[in-house]
Amino acid sequence: MFDFLDSGQYDLLGAFWVTVQLTLYSAAGSLIWGTLLAGMRVSPVPLLRVFGTGYVNLVRNTPLTLVLVGCSLGLNQTLSITLGGGDFKSIGFRLAVLGLSAYTGTFVCEALRSGINTVPVGQAEAARALGLSFRQVLTLIVLPQAFRAVVAPLANVLIALTKNTTVASAIGVAEASALMKTMIENESSALFAVFTLFALGFILLTLPTGLLLGWVSKRVAVKR
Amino acid sequence: MSTTSVLYDAPGKRAKRRNVIYTIAALAVFALAAWWALAIMADKNQLTAEKWSPFVKDSRIWTTYLLPGLGETLKAAALAIVIALPLGALLGIGRLSDHAWIRVPVGAVVEFFRAIPVLLLMIFSYRLYVEFANVSSDVRPLYAVVTGLVLYNASVIAEVVRAGILTLPRGQTDAAKAIGMRKGQTMSYVLLPQAVTAMLPALVSQLVVIVKDTALGGAVLGFADLLSQKEPIPANYGANTIATLVVIGLIYIVLNFALTSFAGWLEKRLRRAKKSTGAVLGANDAHQANAPGHATNESGV
Repeated sequence: MFDFLDSGQYDLLGAFWVTVQLTLYSAAGSLIWGTLLAGMRVSPVPLLRVFGTGYVNLVRNTPLTLVLVGCSLGLNQTLSITLGGGDFKSIGFRLAVLGLSAYTGTFVCEALRSGINTVPVGQAEAARALGLSFRQVLTLIVLPQAFRAVVAPLANVLIALTKNTTVASAIGVAEASALMKTMIENESSALFAVFTLFALGFILLTLPTGLLLGWVSKRVAVKR
Repeated sequence: MSTTSVLYDAPGKRAKRRNVIYTIAALAVFALAAWWALAIMADKNQLTAEKWSPFVKDSRIWTTYLLPGLGETLKAAALAIVIALPLGALLGIGRLSDHAWIRVPVGAVVEFFRAIPVLLLMIFSYRLYVEFANVSSDVRPLYAVVTGLVLYNASVIAEVVRAGILTLPRGQTDAAKAIGMRKGQTMSYVLLPQAVTAMLPALVSQLVVIVKDTALGGAVLGFADLLSQKEPIPANYGANTIATLVVIGLIYIVLNFALTSFAGWLEKRLRRAKKSTGAVLGANDAHQANAPGHATNESGV
């Protein structure tokens, strides 16, 4: 049934490796960008709050496909931004990481913000009454609880990101879904086998993430 | 922003002065970034008037490209939600069944389709229609997009329905049993009507996910949706790629922002009304379903 794999024509592991790399780089990028955005959204400076809110609302309501196509057609082909040069393959990969981070960052931001909102206001009031400064309130009281509260939502963001990396095939990145499209066209007699293979691949990537981080979130959750 | 924030007190004299300084610094950074972006765009002639003016001056750009594209996008989204809603409701109820032979397979189906990228489902169903169904090639992309969206979103909606029914207090079922209702009656007369109200905001915001995902068909399967107009417009109106992408993006944003705001308004209204049990599945809960294995909120496609 899976004899089309024996031809050595298809680099299945290579394609999934690209998917994993896209996920990891974009996860790092979106975590940094999302934390910055969350910082802006809860900051005491109104201008930063307006920027954060505006960015999140705009980007969250844009299709990821449009974001990635914009990175490729707009940034690269029209404005000749290559993010450090290299061949077509590596430019496409970096543009995909940029687009995925810009998009996923909004979801990370919202998760972190909801985490900060789970901390009861009374705690901060008590901390201020004790004379703690803003930074002490933030680093000693609020953030430790916020991060523990958002492990599960962040796990969901990570899983959604893993699945969203398939969109990178729209700008020619050779990840798993791009290979699946080629294989399905060439091996149409093995349509169901090919689909099952790739479906299992994604389940193998997402299920352990969900289970592991779900377990972690239960262990570290602040019981209220 | 509520009136009291966890993070900072109402600003006093010094804090106000500090905020002004931060505001000026932030303005400077934003201005620099904007200037840099505009300089690059001007360098490549993307800011000249003739690149942008067709969108306001030439009505044909709307009637030939943008509006038909938007029509296709809305058609695919509407078809997907109309088919996925009843299917999702059935799956959701099936997952709550007392019989393991219904509950287990339905659960497996739901978890399977939630764990797989929607693009994979679209590519697969496209080929399925090529090989096994007599679908003419000009509607095949639409069929493939709708099939992919239905498979994924029906399983998401199934989880929303299940969560909606589970938020109802157990007493509801007990009371229905006490007055002698059968299981089917309890579900259709007592639980579902309340659950539907509770999950309306979640369902409306799931529409946003569907609208966004239709764009995949335009980029990968040759579906003539709004996003796929990114090529013919610059080809006919003088390489105005950036202007075109910005206009297309704005249409999506306006559409989805309207849906998001509607969901938020609905949620607030339902929470206030408290006619039922007061339990409402929030707009963010619709996105929970991206994670196989557990159900908490937020994220999306």
